[in-house]
Amino acid sequence: MSDKTDKTEQQQRLSVFKTYKLYVGGKFPRSESGRVYEVTDAKGKWLANAPQSSRKDARDAVVAARKAFGGWSGATAYNRGQILYRVAEMLEGRKGQFVTEVAEAEGLSKSKAADQVEATIDRWVWYAGWTDKIAQVVGGGNPVAGPYFNLSSPEPTGVVAVLAPQESSFLGLVSVLAPVIATGNTAIVIASERSPLPALSLGEVLATSDVPGGVVNVLSGRTAEIAAPLAAHQDVNAIDLAGADDVLAKELEIAAADNLKRVLRPQPVDDWSAAPGTDRMTAFLETKTVWHPTGSLGASGSSY
Amino acid sequence: MASTTASAFEYAPAPESRSVVDIAPSYGLFIDGEFTEAAEGKVFKTVSPSTEEVLSEIAQAGEADVDRAVRAARKAFGKWSALPGSERAKYLFRIARIIQERSRELAVLETLDNGKPIKETRDADLPLVAAHFFYYAGWADKLDHAGFGASPRPLGVAGQVIPWNFPLLMLAWKIAPALATGNTVVLKPAETTPLSALFFADICRQAGLPKGVVNILPGYGDAGAALVAHPDVNKVAFTGSTAVGKAIARQVAGSHKKVTLELGGKGANIVFDDAPIDQAVEGIVSGIFFNQGQVCCAGSRLLVQESIQDELLESLKRRLATLRLGDPLDKNTDIGAINSAEQLSRITSLVEQGEAEGAERWSPACELPTSGYWFAPTLFTNVTQAHTVARDEIFGPVLSVLSFRTPEEAVAKANNTPYGLSAGIWTEKGSRILAVASKLRAGVIWSNTFNKFDPTSPFGGYKESGFGREGGRHGLEAYLDVR
Repeated sequence: MSDKTDKTEQQQRLSVFKTYKLYVGGKFPRSESGRVYEVTDAKGKWLANAPQSSRKDARDAVVAARKAFGGWSGATAYNRGQILYRVAEMLEGRKGQFVTEVAEAEGLSKSKAADQVEATIDRWVWYAGWTDKIAQVVGGGNPVAGPYFNLSSPEPTGVVAVLAPQESSFLGLVSVLAPVIATGNTAIVIASERSPLPALSLGEVLATSDVPGGVVNVLSGRTAEIAAPLAAHQDVNAIDLAGADDVLAKELEIAAADNLKRVLRPQPVDDWSAAPGTDRMTAFLETKTVWHPTGSLGASGSSY
Repeated sequence: MASTTASAFEYAPAPESRSVVDIAPSYGLFIDGEFTEAAEGKVFKTVSPSTEEVLSEIAQAGEADVDRAVRAARKAFGKWSALPGSERAKYLFRIARIIQERSRELAVLETLDNGKPIKETRDADLPLVAAHFFYYAGWADKLDHAGFGASPRPLGVAGQVIPWNFPLLMLAWKIAPALATGNTVVLKPAETTPLSALFFADICRQAGLPKGVVNILPGYGDAGAALVAHPDVNKVAFTGSTAVGKAIARQVAGSHKKVTLELGGKGANIVFDDAPIDQAVEGIVSGIFFNQGQVCCAGSRLLVQESIQDELLESLKRRLATLRLGDPLDKNTDIGAINSAEQLSRITSLVEQGEAEGAERWSPACELPTSGYWFAPTLFTNVTQAHTVARDEIFGPVLSVLSFRTPEEAVAKANNTPYGLSAGIWTEKGSRILAVASKLRAGVIWSNTFNKFDPTSPFGGYKESGFGREGGRHGLEAYLDVR
C-alpha cells in the first residue's frame, strides 16, 4: 500500500454505525421479535434501523417496571431528585450527540436543535427539584370536625405507559416522561414512531445516571402496535396518550377502562418548551388520606 | 335478636315519629325549577324496605327528560357561572342552613325510603350533608386560592349518578362542589331511594336557587346511561358499582367529558396483636355493620394476627349478639333493613356461595321481621384469599375473617384485591401504623378508627375503586377546568 492510499483512507474514514437497542429493565435488548424498521432523517436519508418492538417486548417492559416500582416509589423524594438531576448532568456531557440526533430527526438546524436539547436538560433539572416539593403542594392536613389527625398525601399511581409525542422527539419525550418518574411511578415509554433515535439514546444516559433498571423502559416501533397491549394490560395502572391520534386515543381509552387505568388524554401542545406546570405530575398521583384519633386532650373530658 | 339477649334489661320500643315528614302520593321530575311529569308518562313506586309499604309514586325519567334537563342546566349555566363567587356561596350557605332546619324531617324520610336506622340518618348522614354544603359554600369565593391556577373555570353541565346507600349524602358530595365551582347539575338518584333528592329540590326552591341550576331526575339505569352519554354534558360524576364504572369509562372514551368514579371496595381491616381489643371490636362492627354493610368503603375483610384470633373472635361474637336488628325508625336499632329485594338476593346468593366453597358461617341468634328485606349480621371464618367472600364485594352485613402472622403478610393480603378504597389498621404502635399505612394501596386509611367522614377530607380509591377524589380541596378539581 502506498502512503497516498493510506492518507485517502484516513480522510474518508468509515464511520461506525450504531446499533440502536431497546432499554428494558436496565438492559439493552433487541426486539424479541427480531424486527427492525428503517429510520430516516427529515429528508428521507437512512439513519439507522431501529428495533420494532412486539407485544412481548411491551409485556416484558411491564414486568420490569412493576419489579422496579417498590424500590423507586419507596425511595426518598430527595434521593429521586438527586437521580433526576444526575440525568441532567449526564445529558449535558453528551449534548453534542443529542444535538446531532435531534437535528437529524426533526430536520432542525444545529442551533435550533441545541435549543431543544438544552431545554430538555433544563426540564430534568426542573423535575429534579419537584420530587420533594409536590407532596407539600398537593397534600396536607385536613381540619376535620372531630378528634382526629387527618393527613392527605400524594402517592404514585404505579406503572405508567407513556406514548411519547410524535413530533417532538426529545424535548416532548422528556416532558412527558420526567413528571411520571419524578413522582415515584415507573414508566414504559413508546418513542416517537418516526423519530425514535433520541429516545433510544436517552436509554443509554439513564443507564448511567443511577436510575434503577426498570424505572424507565424505552420501546421503539409502531406506536399503535405497542400501545394496544399496554392499554389492555391488567398490571399497568395509567396511560398517557400524548402520542396517540384521536382514533387511536379513543381505542386505547376504551381498552384502559377494563382495569380503570388513569388516562391522560392527548392535550394539544403548541410549544413543548413552554413552562410545564404541575398537571403532568398530578395526573399520575393518587391521594391517600390517613385518619388517627387524637385523644382530644381536655376538649371533652376524654383521655388520650 | 334483641329478644334473645340481655333479657334482664329489655328495651322498650322508642320509635321516632313519622309525622314530621309529609310524603305526597306522587312526585314528578324536577326540571328547570318545576316539578313535571315524565315525557313518556312512566311512573314507578318507591317502597319502604323495612315494611314493603309503598311510600309514593315517582315519575320515571327517560331519554327525552334527560335531554330536557340538560338543556335547562345549559341555559342556567351562563348566569350561574357568571355570578360572583360570593353570591354563589350565599346560596350554598342558605341550602346548608335549610338542611339543618329540616334535618329531622329528612332523617325520617331517608330512614323510611332507604331502610337504614334513624340513629344513623340522624347522627351521621344529615349532619354530614349539611357540613358538605357549608364546607363547599366557603370555597365558592376562594377558588383563585385553591391551587388550580389564578382563575379556574367551571366545566359546564355536570351529569351526576348516585347510589341508594347514602342517598342524600351522595347528593351533597356531588352537588355542593359542583355548584360552588359554578357548574349546573342534572342528578339522577337511585330508583329505590328517590325521595330525599326530591325533597332537596324543594330545599333549592326555598333557598331561591335560580331555575335550572339543579335538576333532579329519578329513574333507572337507562336514564343514568342517557345522562352519561348526553353530548352536552361536560362532566360525569358517578358513585356505584365497579362494573357500571367501567361501562361509563368506555362510554366517555374519546370525548372531552371529565369523569370521576367512586366505585366498589373490599376494605381490609387489619388487627395486630397489640391492638386495643375492645376498641378494635367496635371498629370492626362499625366497619362492616354500619348501614348494613352497604358501604363501598366497608371493612369487609378482617385480617387478624394469628396469635389473637381466638380472643378477638370471641369478643366480636359477644358484641354481635348485642346488636339490635329491627324497625329502622326505632332509636335503639343498630341494624336496619337491606335496601331492596334485589340487593337481599345478591347478598343471599354470595353468602350461599361462601358456604358452598367451605367457609364457615356464623350469625348471632337473630329473629328477622316477617315483612321487608332483612339479613342477619354474618361472619365467615376459615376463609382463604381465594374464596368468593374474600374477593367479591358483597355490599351487605357480611364479614370475612382471615389471619396473618407478620406485618408483611398483612400488607400483602390487604393489597391482594383489584379494589383500593379503604383499609383499617389497629395497633398501639405508631411506627407500625405509619409503616403499614404507607404500604397499603388504598385511598382512605383509618388507624385505630373506622368509617369516619368529613367534608374537609378527600375520599376516593386506588386501582379499580375508581378515580378522582371527593371532599376537601381535592374535590374541587373534579369540577374545574384545570388544564
